[in-house]
Amino acid sequence: MTSLIDAPPSDADALLPTKKKAAGGGLAQYILVRFLLIFPTILILVTLVFFLMRITGDPITAAMGGRLPPEQLQERIHTAGYDRPLLLQYFEYLGQLVTGNFGTTLSDNRKVTEMLTTYGSATLELAINAIIVALVVGIPLGMIAAHRRDHLPDAVLRILAILFYATPVFFAGMLLKLVFSVWLGWLPVAGRAGTRTELSLTALEAPTGIYWLDALRSGNMAALSDVMSHAVLPALALGLLTAGVFLRLVRTNVIGTLGKDYIEAGRSRGVSEYRLVTKHAYKPALIPIITVMGLQIAVLLGGAVLTETTFEWKGLGFQLANYLTARDFVAVQGIVVLLAVIVAVTNFIVDIIAALIDPRVRY
Amino acid sequence: MTAETTLEPVANPRASFFRRLPVVSHFNKSVGLQRFMLVVGLVLTGIFLLTALAAPLLAPYGFAQLSDADGNFPTQQAPGGKHLLGTTVGGYDVLSRVIWGTQTALLVIIVAVILSIFAGVILGLVSGYIGGWLDRILVVVADAIYAFPSLLVAIVMAIVISGGQSSLLGGILAAAISITVVFIPQYFRVIRAETIRLKAEPFVESAKVVGASNIRIMTRHIYRNATRTLPLIFTLNASESILTLAGLGFLGFGIEPSSAAEWGFDLNKALADTTSGIWWTGLFPGLAIVWTVLGLTLVGESINDLNDPRLRGRKRISRKAPAASAGPGTETELSNP
Repeated sequence: MTSLIDAPPSDADALLPTKKKAAGGGLAQYILVRFLLIFPTILILVTLVFFLMRITGDPITAAMGGRLPPEQLQERIHTAGYDRPLLLQYFEYLGQLVTGNFGTTLSDNRKVTEMLTTYGSATLELAINAIIVALVVGIPLGMIAAHRRDHLPDAVLRILAILFYATPVFFAGMLLKLVFSVWLGWLPVAGRAGTRTELSLTALEAPTGIYWLDALRSGNMAALSDVMSHAVLPALALGLLTAGVFLRLVRTNVIGTLGKDYIEAGRSRGVSEYRLVTKHAYKPALIPIITVMGLQIAVLLGGAVLTETTFEWKGLGFQLANYLTARDFVAVQGIVVLLAVIVAVTNFIVDIIAALIDPRVRY
Repeated sequence: MTAETTLEPVANPRASFFRRLPVVSHFNKSVGLQRFMLVVGLVLTGIFLLTALAAPLLAPYGFAQLSDADGNFPTQQAPGGKHLLGTTVGGYDVLSRVIWGTQTALLVIIVAVILSIFAGVILGLVSGYIGGWLDRILVVVADAIYAFPSLLVAIVMAIVISGGQSSLLGGILAAAISITVVFIPQYFRVIRAETIRLKAEPFVESAKVVGASNIRIMTRHIYRNATRTLPLIFTLNASESILTLAGLGFLGFGIEPSSAAEWGFDLNKALADTTSGIWWTGLFPGLAIVWTVLGLTLVGESINDLNDPRLRGRKRISRKAPAASAGPGTETELSNP
């Protein structure tokens, strides 16, 4: 909604004719405008990150300073081109980004794009698992809280939701690890899979990098259960944080729709309370939930950085923490840019879904 | 969009000044569970504040103290005896570091929130009032930062400001400024939206006609009206800033243990202990974070719910109303809330 109001003047002009036309023509135009808006968002973030990181100095001094003699340092800075004017470097960097060249990491000398694809799939897997946990836990509990509003279940659930929010993911992860891995010994302490499973999964042809998908495809049940047992705790730690947000959101919105006249009408026709909550009141409450889900992706990615560090889950966040410690700012910049793209694209998709569900959003 | 939205009857204007204070008026409006949550939040926050103020008296040792008259502290000692909550792998006293941590947290909250209110309010007022290309650029930048994972923004800022770790003052400032950058867009959005709405109000027009300068209109007429919602964002942001600080500390971008106690940093160091079953080094700093965030969030949430008529709990009169004896009593209660 806000992005519509805040859009640059060209978009306002572009949207104007849609008001006069029938809704069918408006949707295509809306999607196009929203799609074009992705690029300025990414550009701004890339620009900000580039200049902010360069204020501190060049990446080579940051990574190698103190370990190399000054002459060698100067030479390396010169060959990498970091002693040229900043604006020139900026435009060169933009040009490289457009062609998909993110540069080479300084600490372990890998192509940034290769690093991103290797670890990106791990983060994607974690994010998917966490969202599943969040949806499965958050939405039904939110409906229960709304239905039993101001009664005991509501009170317990609301406090639970705030507690989920108040617990940092890494602390939640640490507690889960302590109880289920160390004390009870039910689940593995860290990592994405056992060494043998990991080897067998990477040996597959055209692996997706999402372990449970690969295990499922290869039909290797032992590998699947191994992957699953590793995935439970990280998914819970990250998912419960988001579940708290969903719970509150579903509760507030379902309470809002439960007060509407058509619910009363349904009740007088004899529609069951269960059906009223799960069908009649829940569906209209979905729209704000989808919008917020878009914003939650950003929170989820931030949480993934912390969760991955807690569980040594070798994804982008884990690598980000490593590269930060190594002061490898080329790699950090690459990860940040990728996350910026993901956030911008998700927001685009969410806006489109919201527009498809509710035609009013477009105007 | 007219007078009725600006003149929201937040509190009874005839009530005494004390009863119109933000938290007090909310307390009077609340009932049942809502009042319970508000009170719990206030108590938790109050204890946090008291601990921060009285840390030098409460903490048995200094936050960076490694030895006393009897010699060096043992490392990774289980809770009990001289060290009530045990000691860390580095030999610090856990209880002392948890208590001193309240001071660090409080300082960061104060600096971060004050800085972001200043920057956000000024930018929002100017952007909303002046409009034009400045407004458009600021909005696009703020939206881009707002959409981005806040922890990453804070990490980038922490690199820029301190290149990582630093002294107490430098570390606190670095953490606070990093958090500020995350929060500015939120204040900016709220204030800008209010400013744009207020700009069209008759009282601004009349101020212009009378000849008031733009600065005066912004600082007097609009500012006063646009900042009503700030206490709510303030409490919610205070809790978020604790989480961001802890996240930064957990990733190693915190304040060095010798210059201040910081819970996130301690949790980072405790992560390796967990695997070997040493629970006290991580549990207590973590609980301190949960305690503080829980307190601040409960207060913020309650205020939010009480401001929203849809969510505000209703006083239960419907059950008593049919009974004739209860009738007059509930009626007077209603007419004089």
